[in-house]
This record gives sequence, structure tokens and C-alpha cells, in this order.
Amino acid sequence: MAKIKLSEDKINKIKEICSAFGNKPSEVINVLHKVQGEFGYLPAELQDLIAQEMKVSAAHVYGIVTFYSFFTMTPKGEHPISVCMGTACYVRGAEKVLDEFKRELKIGVGETTPDGKFSLNCLRCVGACGLAPVVLIGEKVYGRLTPDGVKDIINEYR
Amino acid sequence: MHLLVCGGTGCNASKSQEIAETLKSNLKDKGLENEVQVILTGCFGFCEKGPIVKIMPDNTFYTEVKPEDAADIVEEHVIKGRKVTRLLYTDPENKQHVADSKHMGFYKKQLRIALRNCGFIDPQNIEEYVGADGYTALAKCLGEMTPEQVINEIKLSGLRGRGGGGFPTGLKWEIAAKHEADQKYVVCNADEGDPGAFMDRSILEGDPHSVLEAMTINGYAIKATKGLIYIRAEYPLAINRLLTAIGQAREYGLLGKDILGSGFDFDIELRYGAGAFVCGEETALIHSMEGNRGEPTFKPPFPAESGYNNKPTNVNNVETYANIPIIINKGAEWFSKIGTEKSKGTKVFALAGQINNVGLIEVPMGITLREIIYEIGGGIKGGRDFKAAQTGGPSGGCLTTKHLDTPIDYDNLVAAGSMMGSGGMVVMDDTSCMVAIAKFYLEFTVEESCGKCTPCRVGNKRLYEILEKITKGNGTMEDLDTLRNLGRVIKDTALCGLGQTSPNPVISTIENFYDEYVEHIKDKKCRAGVCKSLMQYIIDPVQCVGCTACARNCPVNAIQGEKKMPHFIDKELCIKCGACIEKCKFNAISIQ
Ligand SMILES: Cc1cc2nc3c(=O)[nH]c(=O)nc-3n(C[C@H](O)[C@H](O)[C@H](O)COP(=O)(O)O)c2cc1C
Ligand code: SF4
Ligand code: SF4
Ligand code: SF4
Ligand code: FES
Repeated sequence: MAKIKLSEDKINKIKEICSAFGNKPSEVINVLHKVQGEFGYLPAELQDLIAQEMKVSAAHVYGIVTFYSFFTMTPKGEHPISVCMGTACYVRGAEKVLDEFKRELKIGVGETTPDGKFSLNCLRCVGACGLAPVVLIGEKVYGRLTPDGVKDIINEYR
Repeated sequence: MHLLVCGGTGCNASKSQEIAETLKSNLKDKGLENEVQVILTGCFGFCEKGPIVKIMPDNTFYTEVKPEDAADIVEEHVIKGRKVTRLLYTDPENKQHVADSKHMGFYKKQLRIALRNCGFIDPQNIEEYVGADGYTALAKCLGEMTPEQVINEIKLSGLRGRGGGGFPTGLKWEIAAKHEADQKYVVCNADEGDPGAFMDRSILEGDPHSVLEAMTINGYAIKATKGLIYIRAEYPLAINRLLTAIGQAREYGLLGKDILGSGFDFDIELRYGAGAFVCGEETALIHSMEGNRGEPTFKPPFPAESGYNNKPTNVNNVETYANIPIIINKGAEWFSKIGTEKSKGTKVFALAGQINNVGLIEVPMGITLREIIYEIGGGIKGGRDFKAAQTGGPSGGCLTTKHLDTPIDYDNLVAAGSMMGSGGMVVMDDTSCMVAIAKFYLEFTVEESCGKCTPCRVGNKRLYEILEKITKGNGTMEDLDTLRNLGRVIKDTALCGLGQTSPNPVISTIENFYDEYVEHIKDKKCRAGVCKSLMQYIIDPVQCVGCTACARNCPVNAIQGEKKMPHFIDKELCIKCGACIEKCKFNAISIQ
């Protein structure tokens, strides 16, 4: 991955977050939540800085980031698409819906379109099983989706 | 008069917030904003027909409401007192409108204890919880009962952990109470990792105070002063409602120092999970809360002896907690009369899959699967045949037609090769392939295994590969023996509950659907039409009119043919995506 140069602003913001959690090693996960909320993802450069500030090794931070699926090291698209692959959605045809997204966007799971507009991911149960199969675009929930409806939804954001 | 609008995640996704706003503005236009209250509540359970608006006190239950319907509800129901019939639930049997939720098949056999307040009160308003007997159990414990008496009451009630294992809750508290320490902790497990389950989330969204109250009682009983709720970051609505509730409880002196003047201090904080199933396991959860990778460790020591920060820690599940206040209020005897001999009370299930009434249900232990599926669930979608119900998620197994009349409780489910689990119940019909389902769960466990011990890390991967081979049509009969033997080894040797239960879906489906496995292996056939490698798309030259629709939509140009002439599919090129079948208006394409 290309090295990202962190701007002064970003560095200060991250330092601020770390000190808000008392720079305590036990708070690393909470810091990562906050930082990802702020910047969208956690590239290596951010992790290094967090490790420094929290007085733990970079490997420790990396170990946590890779352990928890909520944390991501790649930037999401402008409209992150998450297809629910929980059991309820799976048995109601989520896989077909996912296939259609892949085909329509020409990207695979975990990838972002070249123009940076869409990224595609799977997640497990968003708690709206009654609407299965469910897809999230950003924070918006789309329920009872069929492969046929996929194109229209994408068009809303194109 | 109260207008209750469901604000659970499902209904929220279908604009329930907007419905509530529109109702409010319509009421305001008529100058009724002071007489009629609009309340955004927790989940009513009947997610299938959401969004739901319930009118109290007459219990009218409106389903599939849209923001546009708000005007009619106000104009007709509120002002003229006439029900808006088109929004009423129609009984699928006799096609009659059902006005009162009490008479709906979905609710008749349910018994709401843990969910007693969900859908009835405004979860963001502590006064409503107090109005529903909230915090009276805490007052009773602090004012009239010793910690020992509290523990004893819970023991007598027969309550068992709802997080999956079914460990007796009172006994757990007693053990935690026995360990002396300068600091002890109470932890609520709200990780809810089972994909396809949303019970705990609904309780937290619909009735957060009940959990806070119960944790405080737990603290008093074991002499802990700190509570922690480990909740998934993916649950933003539940997190918000909890934070609001904690703030209100502090304001009312129900959390913090010297609660209700009793001299007892207790406070609660949140800790966020970050999407790792194994963190639901209590030792992993504790490591995660300490800021580390959530890897399980060997028990003993149990958390009750050495948990969070190496201090005695009591971990219970959300639903377990939701039962506590009402047990204290109504008494252990009342509770222990409900359910079966060894499983008392009720269980909440997230009913999902190919069933008519998807939703959240709470039923007394001992109810049969048949009652759940055909009475509460309204039967299988499209009138198809029931094939299996999976409980216990990735750790569980499936129940089949032969289990339809088995009373559901902890022990019977284990005897049937499944388990209670946290409450996911996914119903399947003949469109589900059982080999593919087993593979689906294994894929999940392989992804979620923390990798600490070899049987789970390597063994599950092997199970997965074999299943993959079978679904591709390359399996052998020996593979079935390997699956069973390896499955048993993993169960016996894995370090934590994840690995110890991960082979269950495979073992249980082989047990119950042996024929289907054999079909995949010997006949290279998937009767459900799920396993793509075993399917062929074929165009019937007689039906085909040569409209070219299919060819134009095939992503890999696998369809050839002249215009107005029968088309045909090149089997080598076809990736079995199914696009052509959807596009053909002449039913000329079929799967074989
Ligand atoms: C892999 C694994 C995942 C688990 N996930 C959860 C969960 O999501 N929620 C939960 O309450 N318990 C879960 N448990 C069970 C907990 O370890 C623990 O037994 C439970 O929280 C105790 O509470 P209870 O006695 O009230 O059920 C899980 C266990 C294992 C082995
Ligand atoms: S059984 Fe699996 S999840 Fe549990 S400790 Fe071993 S590798 Fe980790
Ligand atoms: S199934 Fe898909 S790939 Fe195969 S012929 Fe039809 S459209 Fe083409
Ligand atoms: S869409 Fe149907 S009718 Fe038209 S060419 Fe294809 S198979 Fe024939
Ligand atoms: S399984 Fe998809 S929302 Fe629950």
C-alpha cells in the first residue's frame, strides 16, 4: 500500500483521541473505534501513530485491527454496500442478490469500484431479518430485495 | 389515547420514524397533540408485517403502515373512532380482518416475560419503565432482601442462562458471591454473534432499563460495584438507547452512589465489540474488554473466580437479565410454574427463514415446534413443505419433521442433536439444500475461528473443504465417514465452545439428511437446486421463440442462436448465474 503522509491536522486529531482515553493500553479498541469513525479506515500509518501514543507495539495494534472484522484497512467507497449474509437472509436468497451486485458493479467482495463510488462487503445479521434479504447502503436499509431490484438501487446512487 | 409506533431496527428501516413524525404533525393540525401521544417503542415482534402501529387502549393493530396512512389513522380512528380496515391484519385462514392483536394467531400462543415491555413503553423514557413496575424489584432487593435472599430467589426460580449454555443463573451468582475481592464485576453479554438472531438487540432497543435494573440487582447480590455491557458496535440504535437509559438512571439516583439511600454503589459502562463471533464466549469477551484480541482461554479459572482484570466477574446474557426483575417482583414460585421440569420460564426466538410470520417471539418452554411453525409462524411460505428448523446457529443442529411434536427445552434440543443456543430459529423448506447449509455454517466458523488451537483452526477448514467438494459433485462416500470422525475429534479436543460445537451443523445434517448427501455424491444431484455445480441450464427448443432476451443478458455470452430461432446454452461457458431464466418470458429455460 502506498504510504500516506498524515497531515498535521490528522496527527493532532488522533493524539487528541488517544489522550481522551487516557493513553491507556487497555483502551486501544475504543480508540480504534473512534479513529475509524473519524477517518473511515485504519491504514498502517494511523496504526503506527496510535501505537506510539498508546504506548503499545505496532504489532499489537495490527493484531487487534486484523482480529476484529469491524476494523478495516482499506478505504470504503463513497457508498459502502453491505449485503447481509446472516442465516435468515441466506435462506431467503441473499447469495443471488450478492451475485447481482458483483455483476452490476464488476467488483468482488471487499473491493471498491475504480471511481471510488461503491464498495461491496458482506455482514452478518443487521437485525432486520423480517425484511430478508437485506442490504445496507451507507446507513440506509433495503429489505426484501430481489436480484431484479439491484440495478435500480444502484442507479439511485450513480 | 396512545399511538405506539414500532421503532425496532426492522420497522425503522421501513420508515417508522417518518410515520411517527407524520402522525404527530397530523395530530397537531387537528389540535390533538396534547390528548393523543405518539410513542416510538421497541419491537412488537411481528416484523413480517411491519411497520406496525398499535393504538392503545383498544389494542388495534395496524400492519404495513406507510407514512401516507397517518392522515387516515388520525382522521378515522382517533377522531371518528372508526378502524381503518385496510390496515388491519387479515387472518390468512378465514380472510377476516383481525382488529385486536390478542386474537392474532401470531400472539395467541406467546407468553411475554422477557419481552414484557417491548412494544408497550417508550424505551427512551424512564418514567414509562417506572410506570410499568420498573425499578420496584431493585427497591425490593435493596430495601427488604439480603444478597443471599436475592440469590436464593433466583436459584428457586430455576432460571437458566439464555446465552446458549443454559447454566443455572442463581448458582452462577452464588459462586461469584463466594469469591471475596476488593473489586468485582457484573458483565452483560450483548455480543449476540449468532447470524440470524436479534433477540438481545430487540430487548436492548425496546426495554433497556430492565437490563440495567437486573445488572444492579446482580451487583447487589454478589457485592460488585461495577457493571459493564459488552455490545456490538454494529448495533448503533441499541447503543444509543442504552446510553440514554444509563444517563436517566443516574439522574434518578438508580445508578451511581448510594442507590435509593441504601448505601449500595453501582454504575454501568459500555464496552464495544468489533465483529468477532468468538468474543461472545465469556473468556474471549473479557480479554476483548481488556483491550486485547478476543481469544478464549482455558477454563478453569472461570470468570466467577478470575475474570475482568483478574477479578471475580459474573457474565450473563441480555435475555437472562431481562427475566430477573419480574422474577423478583412476582416470585420464584410463579416463574417456576412456567415451562418444563428442567427448563423454566420462556425463551425468545428470532423466527426467520421460509416462514410466513417472520419476527420475534417469546414462548413458554415446552411448546412444540409444530405450534411455533404452524400457529405462531403461520406456516411455511407459499404453502410449501417444512423441511428443517435450525436452532443454536453455527453451534446447533437442525430439527426435522420427526421433531415437530417434541416439547422444546434445553435438554430435548440437545437430545435431538441441536441446542437452544441464543435463540435463532431459521425455518427451511425444500428450496434449502442441507449440504449447502452445513457448508454455510462451516464457512462462518472457519472465518470466525480465532486460530488459537489446531483442531478448530485446521479441522474446521478440512470439514469445509470436504463439504465444498461434495457440493461441487466430487465427493466420495468415504468423505462422509471423514466428516463424522473428524467432526467428533474437533468436538472433543477444541479449546473453547466455538470449536467444541462447530461440527454440529455437519453432524446433524448428515444424521437427518443422509440421503441428500448421498444424492450429491452418487447421483451428482442437488434436489433443492442450490448447488450450482450440479445444475445445468437448458433451453427447451420447442418453447423458445428466439426473442434473444436471454442471450443479451448473459454476462458471459454463453447463449447462442439466430433471432427467431431456438437458442442454446454452451455448458462450458455457462457460469450458472440464473440471469437468463429470469429474463425469459416464455418459460423456455429450466434447471436440471
Ligand atoms: C463461540 C461462542 C459464542 C457465544 N456467543 C454468545 C453471545 O453472543 N451472547 C451470549 O449471551 N452468550 C454467548 N455465548 C455464551 C457465553 O460464553 C456465556 O456462556 C453466556 O454469556 C453466559 O450467560 P448466561 O448464563 O446468562 O447464558 C457464546 C459462547 C461461545 C462458545
Ligand atoms: S476452538 Fe476455535 S475459537 Fe476456540 S480457541 Fe480454539 S481456535 Fe479459537
Ligand atoms: S445461467 Fe447465466 S451464464 Fe448461464 S446461460 Fe444463463 S445467463 Fe448465461
Ligand atoms: S429468452 Fe426465452 S424465448 Fe427468448 S431466446 Fe431466450 S430462451 Fe428463447
Ligand atoms: S440475517 Fe440478514 S438481517 Fe438478520
